[in-house]
Amino acid sequence: MTFELPKLDYAYDALEPYIDARTMEIHYTKHHAAYTNNLNNAIKGTELETKSIDEILKNISKQTMVIRNNGGGFYNHNLFWDIMSPKGGGEPKGDLLQAIQRDFGSFEKLKELFNAAATTRFGSGWAWLINQNGKLIVNSTPNQDNPLMDIAEIKGIPILALDVWEHAYYLKYQNRRIEYIDAFWNVVNWEKVAKRFL
Amino acid sequence: MIFELPKLPYAYDALEPMISKRTLEFHHDKHHAAYVNNLNNLIKGTIFEKADLETIIKESEGGIFNNGAQVWNHTFYFEQFGKDKFDLLKNGAFSDAIYRDYGSLDIFKDKFSTAAKSLFGSGWTWLVKKPNGALEIIQTSNAANPLRDGLKPILTCDVWEHAYYIDYQNRRPDYIESFWKLIDWNIIAARY
Ligand SMILES: [Fe+2]
Ligand SMILES: [Fe+2]
Repeated sequence: MTFELPKLDYAYDALEPYIDARTMEIHYTKHHAAYTNNLNNAIKGTELETKSIDEILKNISKQTMVIRNNGGGFYNHNLFWDIMSPKGGGEPKGDLLQAIQRDFGSFEKLKELFNAAATTRFGSGWAWLINQNGKLIVNSTPNQDNPLMDIAEIKGIPILALDVWEHAYYLKYQNRRIEYIDAFWNVVNWEKVAKRFL
Repeated sequence: MIFELPKLPYAYDALEPMISKRTLEFHHDKHHAAYVNNLNNLIKGTIFEKADLETIIKESEGGIFNNGAQVWNHTFYFEQFGKDKFDLLKNGAFSDAIYRDYGSLDIFKDKFSTAAKSLFGSGWTWLVKKPNGALEIIQTSNAANPLRDGLKPILTCDVWEHAYYIDYQNRRPDYIESFWKLIDWNIIAARY
């Protein structure tokens, strides 16, 4: 199949002041679009054309670096846009909150661990909250790798993602990645995260 | 030893319009400075407390390596910019090596640019001299530095997004094209 750049559920400026409109527009129309195009070009005429992105990522060790990088870039940004909202922020509720309290002690503790994972990822990459057979885990991956990939050190289903490539924050925050990470919590759509946890 | 942030060898606006003053201010005063500070903090009380930078690059791991190599890489990167023309070097050993290994400066630049454009994620593209004298173009991820593999760095391009995002955003190829206009080939030849 041909993968399509998903529509954004909100305007480029909807996540202001936490994520600025210019960053949003370039991130989506240039970076995410390029990953999508490159992925489509790389799988054209191969057996991967009939596979879902999840299936491709789960067997990524058998694929080229081009497919790993761009397949990851396509999936990761889809997830990232989806779990943010201008009406986001606040705290998780229900089963998700219970699981967070069970696995981390508290929501505050989860944020601490997630912030540390996002801050210490050296170079380009992503921070994750992962559902591993019902257990929640925080970690990070380099470049466009993700926890669905069979090459991932810690595998599971990602339910929350933060892009810590410099392109995700440089226009607004420059070298201050930590401020970007703090701002991110104001736009997390916990309802979407909870749905992915089910 | 305690490492110090080297001063930028030219004014912050000296590389305009190819690399903006604002980029250089962040790149040198924030990124490069942070690597120096982090390194000084991390080596305290370790076997690297009295080591020089090359030893740290060759022997350390983890945070000490990342910050130590980034200190070295950025000093090396900032030092190579100026306004000289390659034509002036016609009879030098470096010029001979470029023609011997690539056929022409343009072919070399094309190959180096292709490597810099295709490096995925954060990292550096290098021209290195191998122990047998031959030139080679290599890519390294994040902080990695060719000294560790016994190679002598001659030229480098920082392709971390922070090196070009303010000026070029996603257009890394435009940054690389501008990069060539800033190379002081006398410095590069002297390194060779
Ligand atoms: Fe991104
Ligand atoms: Fe840099």
